[in-house]
Amino acid sequence: MADVNRGNRPLSPHLQIYRPQLTSITSILTRITGNALIVAALLITWWLLAAASGEGYFALVDGIVRSWFGKLVFLGAIWAVWYHFLAGLRHLYYDSGRGLDIPTAEKLGWACIGGSVVLTLITVIIL
Amino acid sequence: MAFLTDRKRAQGLGSAKTGTEHFWGMQVSSAALAVLIPIFVFTFGAILGAPHDEVVAYFARPFPAILTGLTLVVGMTHFKNGAQVMIEDYAHGAARKWLIIGVICLSYAVMATGLFALVKLAL
Repeated sequence: MADVNRGNRPLSPHLQIYRPQLTSITSILTRITGNALIVAALLITWWLLAAASGEGYFALVDGIVRSWFGKLVFLGAIWAVWYHFLAGLRHLYYDSGRGLDIPTAEKLGWACIGGSVVLTLITVIIL
Repeated sequence: MAFLTDRKRAQGLGSAKTGTEHFWGMQVSSAALAVLIPIFVFTFGAILGAPHDEVVAYFARPFPAILTGLTLVVGMTHFKNGAQVMIEDYAHGAARKWLIIGVICLSYAVMATGLFALVKLAL
């Protein structure tokens, strides 16, 4: 049948309508952490370039990276990378068609949140 | 008002033809990063904070240099494809195209800069 109402259909409710759920929050966090990690990638590349450029420039960049602000950024990046790492593993598991029922999905969500905090603490203690 | 039937609108267009390789590419790079990232965090973390001569000597060794190069290239490829999906969700029209072009340029620029630095450090 011809679609006479093309482009003028009622829209389904979106994010601002639904109550936040663990599955949606952990999914959004995956996107935020993944894209925010570009900051860490830029800092690391800048630091490597500075190391290759010579001692004077390295001292400047190394000083910025190791300042309290640099350390705060790297602490955030460590948590972000571990969260994105665990969420990525969860994605690969989902993609295999498993773990998609609500109880399992919620358990995996909590595992991503808890696991990322534990891995961050371990990383900070070791390094 | 559209007078064409749904079938008429779709006829001759064929299947979507593309799309699965983007998903597959993300799966490949994520599997690679699942191995690379934990090793990289501790390899890079071990040298961060050391004096300049130690940093240069560290990246002259094959393992830290190759691992860092691999993580940069695979990581930025993963970022390029992942950020593109985010842009496609939120931006439309010309803005979408410019943002995707920008992300691709940035990704390759970071790769090239990092590899140049590593080569200079290693040689």
